[in-house]
Amino acid sequence: MKKIVFSVYRYNPDVDAKPRMQEYTLEVEKSRDMMVLDALILLKEQDPTLSFRRSCREGVCGSDGVNMNGTNGLACITPVSSLKGSKVVIRPLPGLPVIRDLIVDMAQFFEQYEKIKPFLINDDKLPPARERLQSPEDRAKLDGLYECILCACCSSSCPSFWWNPDKFIGPAGLLNAYRFLVDSRDTATEQRLDDLDDAFSVFRCHGIMNCVEVCPKGLNPTKAIGQIKSMLLSRAV
Amino acid sequence: MVNVASTFGRSGTHDFVLLRATALVMAAYAFFLVIWLACNPSVDYNAWSGLYSNLAMKIFTLLTLTSVLVHGWIGIWQVLTDYIKCSRLRGLIQYVVVLALGVYWFTGLFVLWGV
Repeated sequence: MKKIVFSVYRYNPDVDAKPRMQEYTLEVEKSRDMMVLDALILLKEQDPTLSFRRSCREGVCGSDGVNMNGTNGLACITPVSSLKGSKVVIRPLPGLPVIRDLIVDMAQFFEQYEKIKPFLINDDKLPPARERLQSPEDRAKLDGLYECILCACCSSSCPSFWWNPDKFIGPAGLLNAYRFLVDSRDTATEQRLDDLDDAFSVFRCHGIMNCVEVCPKGLNPTKAIGQIKSMLLSRAV
Repeated sequence: MVNVASTFGRSGTHDFVLLRATALVMAAYAFFLVIWLACNPSVDYNAWSGLYSNLAMKIFTLLTLTSVLVHGWIGIWQVLTDYIKCSRLRGLIQYVVVLALGVYWFTGLFVLWGV
């Protein structure tokens, strides 16, 4: 048997004056590895007051985004063995208000997402009888964009989002904005670019690529933001 | 669309282009001065005076000072809007920085004028 030490962020605003870190120890078989979410569920058996979000437990729903040993990620697809250090430190996603323990308030994140109008806009007067077709080439442009699961790992690892969460759209929102900007079926490109062309929404991204580093789906928001900047610049120059 | 009065109507695209254009001018000026100093190991008053009395050098220097003004104005505004959340304090610091940048520009202009 081996012992794994966990240090978990605890905060219940109804009871605690300030947050604290609480240590737990799990005894597991030497040859056994587990995901951080499995460990959290075992810890919750030890201490039922420990709170965290979870749902699909396979990296699809994006509910269990947490900060593990300083790096954001999904607890359900992060093996404990991949975390270096003498103990596993688990905190809520940084930059978002804590509701309780590892549960954060995502309202600000989704307000920014809402701003980019994450739906297809098409003002064709004569809609097709069955469906709007795309060529394989146009469809391929959406690869690497549509897969975002809105877990907020990227936006909550971005200093620009920490400093201006009410003004900077953030990597997740901008990745989705670009997904609609390059969609051949969307006819609101100019309107979408008008909405983004201010000093905060897009241009607060300074390309430090924390978002790329932490994205559990392996997406590249920095590249998408660069493409939006290019679109804004090419229509301005 | 985020509207903030302290941008004075600049868009993100304006800031992006201005920051890079002015950075190029400042980099070119610094590069030129390093090369000039390397080519003139013993620099005295006459050498400096000769360099800056040239009209092209005056224009290049004034262009660089203007670039410092624009680059500093936008750059410091970006840093302040990131880190200073109290709008009164941010406005005060921005005001002082812009005044200082203005002083640099006018001082440079009058120095160049006198060479």
